[in-house]
Formats: sequence, structure tokens, C-alpha cells
Amino acid sequence: MSLLSIQNLSQSFDGKPILDGLTMDFWEGHIHAVVGPNGAGKSTLANTIMGLHGYTNYGGEIFFDGQSLRGVSVDARARMGITLAWQEPARFEGLSVLRFVGAGSKRKDPAHVKGLLEALGLEGERYLHRSVDRTLSGGERKRIELASILAMEPRLILMDEPDSGIDVAALDYIFTALSRLKNQGATVIMITHSRAVLEQADHAFLMCNGRLREKGEISKIGRYFIDRCIPCDHINEPDEEESIL
Amino acid sequence: MSSSDLVAALLQSIGVDNPHGLSDNTARIEVHENRVVGLKLVPGLKVDADETDDGINVEIRVEAGVRLQKPVHICFGVLPEDGRQHIDLDVRIHQDAHASFLAHCTFPNAVDVRHTMTAGIEVEPGAHYAYFERHVHGTHGGITVIPEARVIVHDDAEFTTEFELIKGRAGQIKFDYETLCHDRSVVEMTARISGRADDRIEIHERAQLLGDEAKAALISHIALRDDARAEIYNDVTAYGARARGHVDCKEIVLDRAIAKAVPMVAVHNPTAHVTHEAAIGSVDSRQLQTLLSRGLTEDEATDLIIEGLLSKKARWTKD
Ligand SMILES: Nc1ncnc2c1ncn2[C@@H]1O[C@H](COP(=O)(O)OP(=O)(O)OP(=O)(O)O)[C@@H](O)[C@H]1O
Ligand SMILES: [Mg+2]
Repeated sequence: MSLLSIQNLSQSFDGKPILDGLTMDFWEGHIHAVVGPNGAGKSTLANTIMGLHGYTNYGGEIFFDGQSLRGVSVDARARMGITLAWQEPARFEGLSVLRFVGAGSKRKDPAHVKGLLEALGLEGERYLHRSVDRTLSGGERKRIELASILAMEPRLILMDEPDSGIDVAALDYIFTALSRLKNQGATVIMITHSRAVLEQADHAFLMCNGRLREKGEISKIGRYFIDRCIPCDHINEPDEEESIL
Repeated sequence: MSSSDLVAALLQSIGVDNPHGLSDNTARIEVHENRVVGLKLVPGLKVDADETDDGINVEIRVEAGVRLQKPVHICFGVLPEDGRQHIDLDVRIHQDAHASFLAHCTFPNAVDVRHTMTAGIEVEPGAHYAYFERHVHGTHGGITVIPEARVIVHDDAEFTTEFELIKGRAGQIKFDYETLCHDRSVVEMTARISGRADDRIEIHERAQLLGDEAKAALISHIALRDDARAEIYNDVTAYGARARGHVDCKEIVLDRAIAKAVPMVAVHNPTAHVTHEAAIGSVDSRQLQTLLSRGLTEDEATDLIIEGLLSKKARWTKD
């Protein structure tokens, strides 16, 4: 069963097509990876599914649990169970980690939030009352973002490059979060450039130039990405004839 | 009402149920209208108060070398719907003394109340003086608050002051603080204010870094809704060698509110360094979108972002 179904999705900015007739099905309870070169449209896809400001005017259809998301606001989508972990999460001066993580959580008590932080390798006592501001390192901020996602107990998580700015040691905690989400029955769509992250997925899609180039087992997609995309000298402008779909 | 009833009513309006919840060795001063209704001193702290027609003259002294362990609790209030209260404050923290004051100004029922204060504050060499002032206003907005302070911070002394008005209507606020900062002194002045309806907020803060290595930060974080207006004039002028100053003015403006910030920074010594950051506008779009993506409504998200803006911060001058 697919939880999210995208049909002929297109999105353009200033007349330039960024997503170009994407059709994808995301099965419920699976971890899906989306890979592709810089500028392929991966973040645009995530932002459009979330319905962020500036991304609501799309062609085609997005169905979540059989229901069209057209005209559904970001917060209404979030209350349906969709959420987004940002590639570069925003900073909130003066807002404590406890308040931030608790904000979207059904349980706001410090003990619960502390447990989530600790699952991500952040010592609860040290972080609960710190502010989600510039004094947090990029890696700390990303893990706090994931804690706030776990707290929501969402059904569909869009993760935009969960590994960027994260060191190898902390990467294990990202994987812990992923398996926790999977155990909760959640569906994950993660955008990544990392082989290690890709390997956590059950299934992968390869995007190039706003289109779907390939989909299938992660080993196949990984190989294709390394063999064909990385050496590709006209990144994001594949030949029509070259398309393998 | 008897003095003890007034003390209880004043404290209740600021959320303290039982005056005796303050332990016995906590110094306290409670002033209702023009009467001192409660007073408890500790060794090293001297308070002299004279009632006047429309307020009181208070002289506060902390003796040289005395370190007050606990903050002195002050409560100024007017409980009826109308009234005038003028406080003339004369504070001297003698050499090497350390004292902190937690002042509540409470006008919970104000329809036509005017609270004015003129303060002369002198922090002697090596002394530390921290003054935290929290205002509790009612929902009517019929309140005018006009504090003025002239502060001299001597060599190696520290003066920090924080003005918080988050609960209730700001009404009309106009404050004017000026500090003269001598060698190696540290000054930090913070205002955190929320305005709504037709509230009017005007802040004038000046720090003159006269001494070498003097340090000052002027921080204003304001949130405005409805038709509220704010004007913030922050001025840091550095004369001393290696003096350091900072102006931080952040305002979130919603609805039809209008905000104006005029940071003035000047340096008269090439080794001095003064910075300023000002940001005025609606809530940050990325912050808002993030919270929406966690399922908060736009109003809930906006409130949370404002809560962050108006929360107590780590001191800038601490680093
Ligand atoms: N809001 C926007 N307005 C204008 N152009 C946009 C907008 N969002 C994305 N784009 C453009 O769309 C293209 C795809 O960007 P996108 O961020 O989706 O790529 P990506 O695959 O996530 O790349 P990366 O791997 O670098 O993160 C880029 O050329 C980008 O400049
Ligand atoms: Mg991207």
C-alpha cells in the first residue's frame, strides 16, 4: 500500500521547470531514499509535499492516504501526520530545546523530551534548557530537529539530507532515529548524497533535472548514481534519448 | 486596608501568595501609593523612606564590602483603578559591595494610573548592582510608566538592569536611562516588552563608555501587536581605550503595529569597538514554517516565537 502517491507532479519557478512530471509511490512503513545531483529538485520535492510557503502552486496531484493535498495548509498536513526535517534547520533565539521539541509533541514533559534527546546521543540535562540558537553546533541542531520529529510520532517524515553537517559518530544516532521511526510504522522519505545513509533505505529513487531517472533496489540505484551521475559532465541536463525510464 | 493586607494584596497581584513564603532573611520593601507598607532589612542594607504627597523618596545604601546573599525584594504598586505614584530613588552601592534587587511594579487594575520614577544610582568602585524590574499591568492599558535613571558606574564596577513587561497591557511607557561607565566597568541594560492594542513604548538608553576597557550592551527585544507602536533609541558612545559596546534591537511587528529603531553607535578611540544589530519585522518565515510543519497553528507558532524573543537571555557582557 502506498501512503503517499505523487502523480505527474510539476513545479516551476520563474518559468523554469524544477519538477517535471514526477510520478512516484511511497509504500507505507518503508524507508525510501531520494538521491540525485545538486539542483535535481530533491528539496523542492520535499517542500512541495510539505506544502511550504511558495511551493503550493503545483501541477499534478499529491495523495496522502488517498486524500489530495491540494489546498491543505502546512499545519493541517502536519496534523495529518506529515512532517519535514530541514536540511538546515532554523534557529530560535531564546526558545529552549524543551519548548521546541515539546511544541509538536503529544507529551511535553521534560522526562519524555530528555529521553528523545538521549536516543539521539544528546545528554538531556545539558540540552533541555539551552536555547535553539546559534550557540548549538550544526550537528547538535540537526539532532534536536530529529528529536522534535520523533516527538510528533508522525506517519510520514521528509528528511532533507539528515547526514549533512553530521560527523561519523553522530551518524549512528541518525540511524537509531530511523529505525525507531520504522518500528513505529512510520514512512520515511530521505534525501541524501551519502552512500551510508542510502544503505539504510529499503528502496530508492534517483532524480535528475526534476525527473525520475531510476527507481528500485538501493544497490542498483547506488551503483547507477556512482557510475552514471557522478561522472556525468552535463549534470542535471540528461539527454532525452539517454533516459532509461 | 491595613498595611499587612496591602502587602498581601500587592504580592498576590504579582503571583506571590504568601509574603512569608519569602524566607525571614530576605530583605523586602513594599510601597503602596505613597506609603511604605512593608519593610524588612538585613545587615549592610540601609533604607530610608519619606512619604511625599504623591509618592515617596527612597534612599538605599549597601555598605562597603557587604555581599547581600539574596536579592532584595521591592514591590511598588497602586491597586485602585486610578492614582499617581512618584518614586524618587537614590541608590548607592558602596565600594566592593554586591547587591541584587528584584523589583515588581504592579498596577493590576489600572484605568488611570501614572507611575513615574527618577533614580540616581551610583555604583562605587568594585561594586556590583543588579536591578531586575518586572511589571505586572492589567488588561485595560490605562497606565503610564515613566522611569528615568542616571547611573554612574565607577572603575571595576558592574551594573545590570533588566526591564520586563510581558503580562498585561504596556500602556504608555517612556523610559530614559543614561549610564556613565568608567574604567573596566561593565553595564548591561535589557528591556523585554510586549505591546498590544494602542500601547505606546518609547525607550531611550545611553551608555557612555568613558573609561578604558569599559563594556556596555543595550538590548531591546519588543513584540508588538494590533495598533501598538514602539520607538527605540539606543546610543553607545565609546571614548575609552579598548572599550567595547553592543546594541541589540529586535522587534517583531504584527497586525497594524509600527516599530522604529534608531541605534546610535560612536567611537572616539581607535582601539574601541562598538557593534549593533537590529532586526524589525514580522516573525521569521523559516521559524514559522518549521513550527507549522510540527503541527502548530499559525497563532500558536507566532506566540512561541515571541516567547523566545521575550525570554531571559544569557548576558552579552559575560563573554
Ligand atoms: N523557491 C525557489 N525559487 C526559485 N528557485 C528555486 C526555489 N526552490 C528551488 N529552486 C531551484 O530549483 C532547483 C532545484 O533545487 P533543489 O533545492 O530542489 O535541489 P536539490 O536537489 O535539493 O539540490 P541539493 O542537492 O543541492 O540540495 C535549483 O536550481 C534551485 O535554485
Ligand atoms: Mg536540497
